[in-house]
Parts: sequence; C-alpha cells; structure tokens
Amino acid sequence: MKIKAIVLLILTGLIALLFAFKSGLFKAVDDEYVSQKLPDVVDYNFHIKPILSDNCYTCHGPDANKRKAGLRLDDEQAAFSELPENPGKFAIVAGKPNRSLLYQQVVSDDPKQIMPPPDSQLKLNSYEKKLLKKWIEQGAKFEKHWAFIPPKKADLPQNEATNWGENEIDAFILEKLEENGLSPSSKADDHTLIRRMSLDLTGLPPNAAQVRLFLSNSSEDILEQAIDEFLASPAYGERMTQVWLDVARYADSHGYQDDSYRSMWPWRDWVIHAFNNNLPYDEFLTLQLAGDLMPNAGMEQILATGFNRNHPITQEGGVIQEEYHSYYVSDRTNTLGKGILGLTLECAKCHDHKYDQLSQRDYFEIYSFFNNVNEKGLRMDAVQAARQKYFADAPYIEISDEETAGVLSFINKPEGEEVKVMVMNDSMPRKTYIFNRGAYDSPGEEVAPGTPDIILPFSENLPKNRLGLAKWVTDEDNPLTSRVFVNRIWGMLFGKGLVETAEDFGVQGSLPTHPQLLDWLARDFVEHNWDIKYLLKKIMLSATYQQSSVATEEVKKADPENRWLSRAPRFRMSGEIIRDYILATSGLLNKEIGGPSVKPYQPPGLWEETNAGGNRGVLTTYVADEGDKLYRRSLYTLWKRTLPPPSMSIFDAPNRDICEVRRQKTNTPLQALALQNDVQMLEAARVLAQNVIAEIQPPNQWVTTVFQRILIRNPKDEELKVLENYYSDALDKFLKEEGNAEKLIAQGEYKNMETDPVKTAALMLTAQVIYNLDETITKE
Amino acid sequence: MEEDKSKSENPLKVNRRHFFSQLSVGIGSLALGSLLIPDLFKGGPKPLASQPLGIPHFAPKAKRVIYLFQSGAPSQLESFDYKPTLAKRMGEDLPDSVRNGQRLTGMTAGQDKFPLMPSAAKFAQHGKSGAWVSEFFPHIAKIADDICIVKSMHTEAINHDPAITFFQTGSQQSGRPSMGSWMSYGLGSENQNLPSFVVLTSRGKGNSQGLYSKLWSSGFLDSKHQGVLLRSGKDPVLYLNDPDGISRSDKRHLLDHVSSLNKLHHIETGDDEIESRIAQYEMAYRMQMSVPDVMDIKKEPESIIKLYGEDSQVPGTYAANCLQARRLAENGVRFIQLYHQGWDQHGNLPNEMAGQAKDVDQASAALILDLKQRGMLEDTLVIWGGEFGRTNYCQGNFDPKNYGRDHHPRAFSIWMAGGGIKPGITFGETDEFGYNIVKNPVHINDFHATIMNNLGLDHEQLTYKYQGRRFRLTDVAGNVIKDIIT
Repeated sequence: MKIKAIVLLILTGLIALLFAFKSGLFKAVDDEYVSQKLPDVVDYNFHIKPILSDNCYTCHGPDANKRKAGLRLDDEQAAFSELPENPGKFAIVAGKPNRSLLYQQVVSDDPKQIMPPPDSQLKLNSYEKKLLKKWIEQGAKFEKHWAFIPPKKADLPQNEATNWGENEIDAFILEKLEENGLSPSSKADDHTLIRRMSLDLTGLPPNAAQVRLFLSNSSEDILEQAIDEFLASPAYGERMTQVWLDVARYADSHGYQDDSYRSMWPWRDWVIHAFNNNLPYDEFLTLQLAGDLMPNAGMEQILATGFNRNHPITQEGGVIQEEYHSYYVSDRTNTLGKGILGLTLECAKCHDHKYDQLSQRDYFEIYSFFNNVNEKGLRMDAVQAARQKYFADAPYIEISDEETAGVLSFINKPEGEEVKVMVMNDSMPRKTYIFNRGAYDSPGEEVAPGTPDIILPFSENLPKNRLGLAKWVTDEDNPLTSRVFVNRIWGMLFGKGLVETAEDFGVQGSLPTHPQLLDWLARDFVEHNWDIKYLLKKIMLSATYQQSSVATEEVKKADPENRWLSRAPRFRMSGEIIRDYILATSGLLNKEIGGPSVKPYQPPGLWEETNAGGNRGVLTTYVADEGDKLYRRSLYTLWKRTLPPPSMSIFDAPNRDICEVRRQKTNTPLQALALQNDVQMLEAARVLAQNVIAEIQPPNQWVTTVFQRILIRNPKDEELKVLENYYSDALDKFLKEEGNAEKLIAQGEYKNMETDPVKTAALMLTAQVIYNLDETITKE
Repeated sequence: MEEDKSKSENPLKVNRRHFFSQLSVGIGSLALGSLLIPDLFKGGPKPLASQPLGIPHFAPKAKRVIYLFQSGAPSQLESFDYKPTLAKRMGEDLPDSVRNGQRLTGMTAGQDKFPLMPSAAKFAQHGKSGAWVSEFFPHIAKIADDICIVKSMHTEAINHDPAITFFQTGSQQSGRPSMGSWMSYGLGSENQNLPSFVVLTSRGKGNSQGLYSKLWSSGFLDSKHQGVLLRSGKDPVLYLNDPDGISRSDKRHLLDHVSSLNKLHHIETGDDEIESRIAQYEMAYRMQMSVPDVMDIKKEPESIIKLYGEDSQVPGTYAANCLQARRLAENGVRFIQLYHQGWDQHGNLPNEMAGQAKDVDQASAALILDLKQRGMLEDTLVIWGGEFGRTNYCQGNFDPKNYGRDHHPRAFSIWMAGGGIKPGITFGETDEFGYNIVKNPVHINDFHATIMNNLGLDHEQLTYKYQGRRFRLTDVAGNVIKDIIT
C-alpha cells in the first residue's frame, strides 16, 4: 500500500513537472497571464461570459436604464446588431475580431477608446483579451446561462485509472483529477471515518457503542450500516435543522431595535420532524412556501408556512407600516432567491439586474406572490407586547394541548400552555406595483404574479398563487432548485460547494468546478423523489468522500484550495457543533428534542448594556436557565437577533436578520479565548474529569480515557507522553495549591462529584488541553 | 515572530485559505480559466496585478478614527444650528412650503398642527471662528476653533434602526459591513495585540434606543474585521479572563502543551490552518495582557482625570470611554467606535438634553485637547454626531419649557476634528427654520467618502465582491467634501 502511494506520488510529481514545462512556468514572462494556454474550444459560459459580465454588463448588460451606446452584450441578437450610435459598425462580427468593435476597443491603447473605460477601475488582462479574440474567431457562439439550462445526466467519464472509485460520483471526480495531473488519496482510517460521518449526519461525535461496533465489524457494508444508523437517529433531524435555520433566518426575537421575544419555536420543531421523517425536499419546500394553500391543509401544513414569517418585524414607535410591510415582502422574495433558487433577486429590486437576465418586473412579479398576507406589522410596542404576552403578529395559529396530543404531536410544548405561531395566509389580496427605484412610496406599473421565463415558464395550469409558485419551484425542469440544494449538501460535507458561491448561481457567481457532477447529482436527486437521506448516503458512499484529509506538500502546491478533491477536506466545525461536541464528549449533553428555546450560560450584562434602557420588551435582561436546560443542543439556544449568542457569533454564525446559506470559517483569537474560558467549556472539562475519575480504574488510564472520549481515537505514544507529563505537572501544582484546585473545579452549575479536588483539577486542565486542540474542533 | 508580523500587517496574508477566498473575489476570470488550465494555482500565493487592494490609494491624512456616536439623535436646534426665527415665529404652524412633502413618522403624523418651537438653550458665538454653540455644551464651545461643524448633514431614514444602520454601514438595511470593518479591511491593524476595530458603549438618562451587534458586524467581510466590544467589567473582551485557580504561568504551560500537540498534528495532517490556529492562540494570550493594560486608566495622572472630568473614573461612563478611546488610539487601534445612548427626546427635551449634554460635553472636548497636546490630533479623525436631526416643530404639548421634537432627516449637525479636517470652520447652512438645507448639503455617503479619503482610501476603489457585485461603503454614491479637508 505504502509503496503504491509513493509511486503514485512520484508519478504525480513528474506529471506536474511536465505540465509546468509545457505551460512555460519556467520561462521569463512579462505578464502573469501571458503564459496561460488558451483552450482549444472557447466556451461561452465558462470563458467568455464571466469576462463580459464582470467587466461590461454594468453598462452593456440587462439593465435597460443604465445601458450605454445602445449596446447590449448579454443578449445574442442584440450583441450582433448594428450599433445604433455607430451606423455600419458592429460590436461582434462572427469570425472577424478585427471588424468587431468589442475586441478593437478592448485592445485599444487610446484612453478615449479603451474598454472598460479607465474610470471604471476595471481592466482585462492579456489572457482575457486573447480568449475574446479566439472566441470571435471561432464564431462567437452564445449560450443560455449554464444554471438556467436544465441539468442532464452525462455519460460517466471513462478514466485511465480503473482501480479507484465506489460510485458514479468518483468517476466525475477522477476525471478532473486526471485532467489536473492529480490522483486521489487513500481511504481515511476507520476512526476518522466514523467521526466524520457522525459529525456530518448528526452534528455530534459517535458514541462509544457506535465506535466499537464499527471498528469490530469488518463486513463489506459496515459503512452503509453506520450511515443508516446515523440517518435514523433523531439527532439527524436536529443537525439538518441547524443548517436550515440560517436559510430560514429563524430567531426567537423580532429584530430591529427593541428586539423583543417571539414564539416561532414550534415551526422549528416541525423542521426537525420533517427532516427526521425524510420528507422529500420538494414537499419540504412546498409546505413551507404554500402549506396553507394545499388542498385540505391541516395544522401541520399551515405551521410549515411559518418559514415566511421568520423575517424581522419592527416594533419601533412611529414607523410607517407601509414602508416596513414592503421590507417584509421583499425579505420573502429575497429568501426565495438566495435560499432556494441561488439567485441574487434583490439586485433586481431597484432596477433591472446588472448581470443576470432578471428584470425589475420579474422581481415584483415574484414579490406579488408574497404580498397578500393580512399583516400590519406588530401592533404593539415592545412594552405593551411584553405586558400582554403578545409574541406573534397576526396571522398566526394557536397551538394548544389538543393539537400536541394529535396532529402536532412532534411539538414539545409544555403542557397546559398555548403558543401562537406566525404563519402565512392570503386573506388580503393586494395590488403589486413595480416600485420606482425600489421605493415603497413610488409605485409604478401594476404587475401580476409570475416567474422569469428565462428560468422556466410558469405553466398555464398552475394557480397564480404561492402554491403555483411552489409547484414551479419544485418542477423537475426547474434548473435551479435541485442544483442549488445538492450543492449546499455538498458544501455541508466538503466545506464548500461545487459552486463555491452557494448563494449565487447567476453569471457573477462562481462556476461549478465539476459541472457534470453537479448536474448528475441534481438529476439523480430528483429521480429519487428528492430524497435527502438518499442524497447524503450517495455522496458519503463515494470514495471521494471517504478519502483521507492528509495533505502532502506536493498536493498542497498543486491544489492548495483542494478544488479537485484529491483529498478530503479538513475544516473547523460550526460554533453549534463545537459546543454540542464538547457537551456530548463530557457526558453533559441533554438529548431532549424540541420545545421553547433555552438560555444557557452567557457572559453577564450583554443584553443589559445594549438594550433600549429600562424594560422595553421581554429580552432586555439575560437570566440563564438552570439545571439540564443548560446542556441542550445549541440549536435550542435562544436567538436574539440584535445580540446573538456570543459563543455562536464568535464562530461566524450570522445574526439571522436575513437568509444566509454559507458561513465563513475564520480562525481568530476571540475563538481561542471562548474555547479556553467560556464556563460551558470549563464545566465540561471538569465534569468529564470527574466522570472518568469515578468510572475508570486504575488512575493511569485516566489521561488515555479522557483523550479517547474527546477525540474518538487512541492517543499516539508521543501525544500520550506530552499529556501524561502535563497531568503530572498539574498534579504537582495543585498538590501545593489545594485552594486553587477547589476554585478551579467550582466551574459551572453541574453538581460537583465526590472526587479528589487535586486530581480533578489536574485532569480537568488536561481535558482542557485536549478540548483546545485544533483536531477537536475540526472535522477531519 | 517575523512572519506573524507580516500576517497582521497585510490583510491578505492571514492564511492560505483566506488568501484564496480573496483571490476568487478579485478575478472572476482566473476562476474560470483554471477550469481547463491545471497549473494556474501552482506556485503558491503570489499577489496578482488585478487584486483590489493597492492601499493606501494616496497619502493618508489620518491613521485612525474615533467616532463618538450620539445614539438617538441629538437635536441640532439646541446644539449647533442657531435659529432665532423660531423664537420670532414661536407657535406658528410650520409652513407647507417649508415642509414641502416631507414624510412624517407615525408619532407626529397624527398631529393637526406643527407649531414652531425655539430652543430652550441659549446660543452664543465662540472662538475666533465665531461658531454658534448652545449653552448645553460649554466645553465644546471652548474648542470651537479646533472643530469643523457641519450643519448640513442629511439622510433618507426617519426611524432609528435604519438611520443608525445607514450611518454605520452605508445601507439602511442590515447585512453590510460596518464602516469600522471596512477600515480594518482596507488598512489592517497597527497593532499585534489588540483588535483593529473596537466598540465602547455608554448610556445617559435620556430616552434611549437599543444598540445592535449588527452595527459593528463585518457583514460579508472576513469576521476578523468585526468590531470587538470592549466592556467596562471584569472581562473587557468576552472570555478574556482565565478562571480562578489558574495563574498566568499555568496558562502559559497549558498553551505550550496545546501548541506542541498541535504541531505534532500539523506534521501529520499537513494542514497549515493549524499553524494559523497556534498563532491565534498566541494572540489571545497576548490580548489577555494587552487589553487590561490599555483599559487600565489608573495610570493616568490627576491632570488628565481633571481634564476628562470625575466621571472618567467611573467605568462604563462616556467620559471613561473617551479616555479609554485615547489610550486605544495611542496603542494603534484603527477604528474606535463609541456609542452614547439616550438622545431621543420626543418629550421633556430641555431637561433630558441638558443631562445628555452634561454626560458628553466635557469629555468630548477633553479628548480633542488631550489628543492635541500629544500631537495625535493631526492623524486622529474624531467625529461627533447622531443618526438624524429633530423637527423644528413641537411634538406633544406646546410648552416652551417642556417640549419634544420628532425625527427629522433633512438637516442636522455633526462635528469633526483632526485627521485632515479643517479646524475652526462651519460648513453648510439650513434655512431660517432650520428645516431645509440651503447650502452645501452633505449626505451620509459623502460623509463616508470624506472619512475614507482622509484615511488614504478612495471610496470608489475599496471594494469587496460579494454575490457577484463589488460592494462599497458608499454604495453607488458619495463625493468627497473637499472644502472641509486641510
């Protein structure tokens, strides 16, 4: 095995060297781009349109109002037309770059002629210019934007290497690897793999029994069994919900300045239920967009529409409700765009989209679907609302014991209480106008509900309401919905999507690294009835997913970003997963599912320092919960938009004011401080130490056990030596300073066990060393 | 450590992953080219010609900003915009020709009359420049020749949340990076042990409005540009303090073990992100010393305490925060954002505003004088102001001793000092009613463009590509107000 790897490595190196020579890497060059080799066939979507879009569309693109010189380059017919301000001349003449003004002006030296104009701060490089020339020479072919063409399953690539690959995915990955002179990594070791799969599917580390079973079983389908077990665990629904909450901009507060409490959590319980029941994605979307309009809609269907009431609602005194109403409807429109269609629809609110073929009319046609809700905005300010327990703005449904005993049994509602949840209805049909410059008080032409034809014509047979919209969204010919979702699932597993800009599949977004794979996955997903668990399993059973994440110097050089996936990704877990991981490994995790959001530890004073003074609203002072509510999974932590839980924000959680589909993965000193000093972390280290001391004999197994429980593997000799030394140093210290040991182990509310304080403190600090390792907070 | 230094100075070299996220931002063509050209990403991180940050764009006049934000919107009519006509025509209805279609908030839209209300505070001219300053601000009056009063600010927002968000992020709606984050992104940090953008809050007794972390959020920029809230209590930065029972050397010992295990794992995995993690832990360790040190005002001499006023010794007050701001500025923090809440006087304005002014007057002036005596005013830009102005007519009962004013977006006053701003001038004028601007309007976008200009940044060039668009702090507008620049 090892020899094989070395041979592969040498081969890879040789190939890389060859490429380097061929492409002139060792020649002296005068421009960074001169040495780049032009493709044999220039592709419009992949080569030309990004140049035109990025550099030209602002003045020569879809926005009719900003168009200059009557030239439009995003539309084939227009681009070939005679220039209105330059009779007899053409921007593009197929096959004739020297007669194409587009090319002539791009290569011009004359500051009055050159395009883009100098004041735009934009400039084409030599490679881009050559590409344009070659494209025109080859006939200047236009194509529809790639993401607007319905995906098709291409034939599986035939690759040179035949000894690698588990399923179809690998064929596509291997093709690109070979093209790039790379080869796949070997399979990850079993410990890594089970931890990876567990984190991906449950957001938690695997438990001891799962690890034991997995490691002791050598049957062929053991991986599949493990995946099935994780998928069947209730933690799966929580894990998937966690991600969906960012998309759905879920919060437990209204946002804006008073930011008082709202009760949307039963909607969150529904999402968990939906994922755990493996509701097909098309139904999952349909219920959320239009559950109330479905034939025989019941409480569950109506509850699901809370999705579109999750946006912030102002309680500020003196606002003009009509202005804010337009914000709410826009928010729903933008969320459909970013969260479901991967489109920057909001860019077409004030004017036609500058880059994508989406007009301002298109924007307001979609807007009109969401514009018929009988909502007035919160009718009470935060003070009144708090007094009258007015936590939901009409329209809403009321959930009582009767429902939770029956159709809504998945809601974890405290008995005897009633809870109101905001939902959608269409009981107040409004006329929708195109707002001039997007301003609510400047209505223009009236529009009817509709969707952009360029994506998929809205069928005559569909009702012109949200249900029709949902059917259009989930139509198997809709080119975006399935692609956008499989891409996000890919991103969840691999750290970034095949389309890196998961929020933007438009012309300014990134191009897919593996377009055929993306399309294959999208089609396959739809063919399998939008089955999310199927999709996850498919990807996880690929050899691509199961590779080791170790990066050699060579491969780092060849593919630093790991675009071609010659290794598995290695990246920091989200704030929620980190906290849950620490709770789970320490033994503190409370596995209760659903229910009203909870308030775990938070540094004191944060809400008080920034609230509006006095007691305006409900969420003005933070009083942490007690008992086992402190140890719930992080998706149940109460989310106040204006001051989200700091232990989540520090790890790049968005504030949930708007739909977000992609989190950053930063690495900052504030994260280091949170991991060292947050009482939640310290308490976990203490409780883990006490559990191990109480359960494990002899004491010389303690450090090893702590290590195993946290990292789900055995320590290597060298690691164990470092940690044993540390433990004995700490023991010496606390033997001399028993008082400090007592102080240290006083962390957290959880009851102190009857363990020796000196040993506890020493082992607690040892656990803290391990909790602060990069490996602990990283999915490998 | 050499390497560390370059990391913190160049915002693009933090780590490889970060570098490439920047790369894909600046040059869409590269991303596409690499699809078919395998060797494009070889050769490691090397800046490319088309990278957006050739910074500074020109010689900066200021190195840092201290923004004294007066949250809630102080009235211009009781501070810097003297309008004797309001006294002459007291109680008369605001003429429609003056109001000219201005929309109203829900709080006064129901009033049948809009009676003009004069200032309860008396005005006088001060300094060689003869600037008009009200009696509410005696200390600021004394530095009239050091500051530039802009009486012609205007905005579109008429409610607090969108208006503050507009000032802080260039957009009325949530989601854009804060101006401090833009500066941090553009200019990086001058300091290895402190964040480049910090936030301090305080609150007066006046009617107050909430603050939100989105105001100092980095939006779509890397979150290391996020403002760090510095607090007055035991933990000035969240989670800064080690738990009881642990000494500084214990912490060092612990971190050394974390590092050595991390290093072992780095060798095994080859992931350079681990090196970056080790560096962040070191920075955190340094912050545990440097932050309390810079926050410790006990070292300040009596003369300084006297200058800023007794309040400066009470942690969490505006005065203490001003003194803190100077110390942070000395230590190389790029953008220091203060908020003082309580300026929303819909009623009881004369009393409440006098109280709010008392909170901030002496310390604001002291900050200018202190910076000046240290030779730091030259390259420190100080800004004082709120999110909009207040109406010239009365809200609620008409009582010249106890009246209120509603929100007014069309004209209001702020002042700036130092950092390349002309001292001792008043810029812009409003009509005799103080309602409309008649000369030299300054929009929020212009204000941002001007600040950026003084920091050596071209507001049209400092962009970040997100969702396919190159975003700027000034969106698609903004002109540098050259007349107020030295």
